[in-house]
Amino acid sequence: MKRLRRYLDLYAALWKNSVTREMSFKGNFLLWIVVELLWFGLQLCFISVLYSQTEHIGSWTKWQMVLLVGASNFIQQLYQAFFLTNCTNLSELVRTGKLDFLLLLPVNTRFLVSLRVVDLGAFVNALFAVCVMAFAAVKLNLHPTLGQFAGFAALCVVGVLIHYSLMFILATICFWTVRAQGIVWGYYNLFNIARMPDEAFRGAFKAVFTFALPVLLVSNVPTRVLADKIYSPSAWLLLVGVAFVWLAVSEWFWRFSVRRYTSASS
Amino acid sequence: MKKYLHVINVGFQNNLQYRFNYLTRTLFSFIPLFAMLSLWRTIYGGAGGAGDHGGFSQSQMIFYYLLVAVVDVFTAVNEDDWQIAADIREGNINQFLLKPVDYLWYRLCLFVSGRLAFVLMAALPLAVFIFCFRQYFLPPPDVFTFGIFLASLVLTALLQFFISYAMAMLAFWLLEISTFIFILYAFEYLASGHLFPLDVLPSALKGILFATPFPYQLYFPIQIYMGKVAGVGLALGLVTQFLWVVVAYGFARFMWRRGVRKYSAFGG
Repeated sequence: MKRLRRYLDLYAALWKNSVTREMSFKGNFLLWIVVELLWFGLQLCFISVLYSQTEHIGSWTKWQMVLLVGASNFIQQLYQAFFLTNCTNLSELVRTGKLDFLLLLPVNTRFLVSLRVVDLGAFVNALFAVCVMAFAAVKLNLHPTLGQFAGFAALCVVGVLIHYSLMFILATICFWTVRAQGIVWGYYNLFNIARMPDEAFRGAFKAVFTFALPVLLVSNVPTRVLADKIYSPSAWLLLVGVAFVWLAVSEWFWRFSVRRYTSASS
Repeated sequence: MKKYLHVINVGFQNNLQYRFNYLTRTLFSFIPLFAMLSLWRTIYGGAGGAGDHGGFSQSQMIFYYLLVAVVDVFTAVNEDDWQIAADIREGNINQFLLKPVDYLWYRLCLFVSGRLAFVLMAALPLAVFIFCFRQYFLPPPDVFTFGIFLASLVLTALLQFFISYAMAMLAFWLLEISTFIFILYAFEYLASGHLFPLDVLPSALKGILFATPFPYQLYFPIQIYMGKVAGVGLALGLVTQFLWVVVAYGFARFMWRRGVRKYSAFGG
């Protein structure tokens, strides 16, 4: 309990640092929010273009798709708020040898490496995503129960953890090759799939991105819970199960990799 | 001229260092591409497979996205804008103010060499990918069209480069320009036809887009290759594309001159 308390205090201090940092570049802070909004708007444009051509994609109607894109953006923004900057920074820490200082601190190093910086703008964008989802829910005439809300929220957390575990594994590759940054950015392509309806895919592609790299589940399953489209409890059981597996793998890979670390500076 | 050839040579060798990076980047980019193809297949499948969207049949739609990938490999600006901005910010352009080397041509050479290296690395995986979809990938209507397509491809690359160069000049005035680059990129992504062929848009909206340079950054050469534009339309389009290149070039020069006047050589 005392340990938890200590980590919470630490995390509060990290938050304070992040706020101070962001507020010293206010214009830039606002511009990044605009950039993210623009890209979000772009995805919504794409949906409206798609549905000017068709009524249904699989069984997904237009506003269900908006709900899906909203949910995927919500999860992505939350992930971005807590983890993204830290994951992309890891290779820099290794390259410059700054990881030494973090390893010496009497704190869990993975905790520090993963949560050092908080991207506050992403919370604002997550809020916009919630607004879009609410609008879509009204259009769909949805009346989710409290249970559905709770399930949705919990599955979003699981989704964030999946994105985090996968990207952290990719970032950890930088212990082997310093040029891991390209690999980390490659993960951005997987976000693109996360907002596609699962029914658009078949065969091996679907299997890979459902079971191995479960990005197809990450936003589809929570959206289905919210939109009364869930086909069987196996979907969310699978999502939770795969999340645990990937978390465990990422922790094992991290420990295995740190053992290889020889520092760059001295 | 010789010195610029030298720049291309050195730039090419430098860029080959990143071959692993280029390879992974290409491979990763197939994932959303394949997803996009699946999405459209599902849409066409819902209409009984015979639907017609914006004058595109299902196989033409797939063909379109394959061509997007091809044109992109040849013409997309990779990290040039970021590097130019960094050069300005960190004072690396000082030497170009003194040496008899023009910075714009220098960067263009590096852009060309970067593209060469990228094409070299991306060619094999891209060829394999296209081979998997070979029934959709058709040759151009005739040799003449193919020649025009190649010319348009060069103009596309130049347009992409000059616009990015002009954009990067903002670094003379601002410390952090990546936000502006991403905003421009968002517009390019939509209006150049990267996300979907512009034909599916209402014709009024399409007309507006064609008053901007964006369609000439990707959509136009694809149109040529697919044989969707011919005769007067083709000639007019090519002239317009050329004029946009000239305008972008002039604008890039203009921004540079204004910037240098303001520049105070950080880092000495």
